[in-house]
Amino acid sequence: MHRRALVKGLATLLSLGLLPLNLYARAVAAFTAEQAADVYRELFGSAAILPSDRIHIKAPEIAENGAVVPITVSTDLANTQSISVVIDENPNPLSGTFYLTEDSAPEFSLRVKMGRSSTIRALVRTADGVYMSGRQVKVTIGGCGG
Amino acid sequence: MNRREFLTVLAQLSIAGMLPGCAGVSRSKDLYQLPVYGQVRILHITDTHAQLLPVYFREPSANLGIGDAYGKLPHRVGKNLLDVLPNLRPAEVHALTCLDFDEAAERFGRMGGYAHLATLIARLRAESHGAMLLDGGDTWQGSATSLWSGGMDMVGASNLLGVDVMTGHWEFTYGEQQVRENLESFNGTFVAQNIVATEDALFDGVEVFDESSGRVFPPYVIKQVNGRRVAVVGQAFPYTPIANPGRFVPDWSFGIRETELASLVTEIRQTEHPDAVVLLSHNGMDVDLKLASRVAGIDFIVGGHTHDAVPVAVEVSNSGGITVVTNAGCNGKFVGVLDLEFNRWGLSGYRYQLLPVFANLLEPDPQLDRYIEEVRRPHRQVLDEELAVAETTLYRRGNFNGTFDQVICNGLIQELDAQIAFSPGFRWGSSVLPFEAITMEDLLGQTAITYAQTYVSEMTGAEIKFVMESVADNIFHENPYYQQGGDMLRTGGLRYECWPNEKAGNRIKAVRLRDGTAVNAAQTYKVAGWAAVNRQEEGRPVWEVVASYLRDKQTVVVNDLETPTLRGVSDNPGLT
Repeated sequence: MHRRALVKGLATLLSLGLLPLNLYARAVAAFTAEQAADVYRELFGSAAILPSDRIHIKAPEIAENGAVVPITVSTDLANTQSISVVIDENPNPLSGTFYLTEDSAPEFSLRVKMGRSSTIRALVRTADGVYMSGRQVKVTIGGCGG
Repeated sequence: MNRREFLTVLAQLSIAGMLPGCAGVSRSKDLYQLPVYGQVRILHITDTHAQLLPVYFREPSANLGIGDAYGKLPHRVGKNLLDVLPNLRPAEVHALTCLDFDEAAERFGRMGGYAHLATLIARLRAESHGAMLLDGGDTWQGSATSLWSGGMDMVGASNLLGVDVMTGHWEFTYGEQQVRENLESFNGTFVAQNIVATEDALFDGVEVFDESSGRVFPPYVIKQVNGRRVAVVGQAFPYTPIANPGRFVPDWSFGIRETELASLVTEIRQTEHPDAVVLLSHNGMDVDLKLASRVAGIDFIVGGHTHDAVPVAVEVSNSGGITVVTNAGCNGKFVGVLDLEFNRWGLSGYRYQLLPVFANLLEPDPQLDRYIEEVRRPHRQVLDEELAVAETTLYRRGNFNGTFDQVICNGLIQELDAQIAFSPGFRWGSSVLPFEAITMEDLLGQTAITYAQTYVSEMTGAEIKFVMESVADNIFHENPYYQQGGDMLRTGGLRYECWPNEKAGNRIKAVRLRDGTAVNAAQTYKVAGWAAVNRQEEGRPVWEVVASYLRDKQTVVVNDLETPTLRGVSDNPGLT
């Protein structure tokens, strides 16, 4: 595990530890959900999820290694409370949720594991609602080239 | 192609002076006499694939454009290309299409060759006010001598040719250390904005050009030409560790890196105040066109990788204005000539021509001629061996099996006792005319790679279809950023239908064995192949296997080319 990833992981755990118990249980349910729709319900209840072009996902178009796909998620939406990363085609679509304190910059880099090509989504909860953006990442065999 | 694009093409042609011609190459002495225009000349070669000697190279009869690319350049082949470029001379028609290939190849002779390129480039330099030579990469790979020298023979040839700036792709298949060693000897500048050291490698202190960005090579270089400052930004092949084995470049990560490119161009504009910004690209033309529409501030993208010989420049609008995209073919067949004109406010105009390099029209440069002779001399005995005689034109290029691929596949099936053969959809590999000997050098020209080991493996029908679908998606995905730029997997022993317009997973249907039996998803088949990307194989190199097959055959006729039955593309101008 890389230093940066470790620090982030600790930060996440720390933030989870600070959460009320019922929210923790909900997080477990979200992480074990097998459909993206179930993840959304566990994380956001019945809140409407609106598309936004103010969420930025940096990811390769084609993954060099599906086992460690580097992605960076950031947003310039105001009053960001959390950022979640969901990969539709993964057996458990939720990769992580980052809870932000008032002073933290809403930008995270992480490495995700992908079994096959999928849309990667970033969901941002702000004081005003839940927003989402997505990006296609292809996981493929190679073998040809000009 | 819509009306506006057609008019653009016509305008380009009239600028380029391609008037209706009647003469064959022997009488077109003025083919290389260009009107002097502007103050800076950019000469561009790409994807020579280490072809030191002149070659025959048949252009594709299938180069399908899917989605938005339908019918647009470069996805027009044969007569469909001539429909939008009606004024080409016969010699140019031969250089750019597969029409009457055998006959035209006899008439116009071989093309390219570094000694001939050198003569032409020297003349184009001499007749300009100032010039530089850009090489888009895939220079160090594609021949026996390049493989055996780790690409060093081509570094020497590039130096003699006077390459000023280059970027790369197959270069990286020699491994990081060999790349660094070769670049020590290279007189030009190697640029790539889209190769960064991985985080692990940076942590381990791997050598990089710039610690903060992690870039392994200089992302750009400013070249001073005739008093003008031209920024040349490098774009290496974005999918090198996916299309080729990643183990050769474990410390490096690639990708298109569009956002980083956009910031870099802005930064160059602000800090260097160049007179022009050129992207020397190994993206492939479809990716170049898309990139041009999304990144502002690049004046010209001179590209390669997909081996598209496109005789006109394509203007693409973006938020900053217009970016002009050119692609200059492969195997040394062409030199792109981009003349830039500046007025006191900056870049004010350009002209572009793609010059075909006819060896019969150019005296070989003595220095390079001697160099090439020296490079080949120690290996002549191996290279010159005549393995068999071709009774059919042998070629590779095209979306589906070429005749040379068929020979390789048939050789694998017979020599390795398999039911099915797989061979990669490479776009390099020159052609052999009927009744010529197939030499070991020809065979190595189709196979000389650093991972040429053969394999025989048991695969289920489902696995076979998965492989075929994956490769098909790498060519026919409607978004060029998700393509890899090769052609379809070559297969031996299989019949199938290909539906290029379908989505991933639905393009390959009705897969059958040669005898007509359906390939069953659950059943296991014996598959032979070479050039595995994800595993390191141990089998004999493919050229040994195929050489032994050819020696045995003595004459080669390909009368059963196993191309798929195509569905839904009968009206596609990328098919002839």
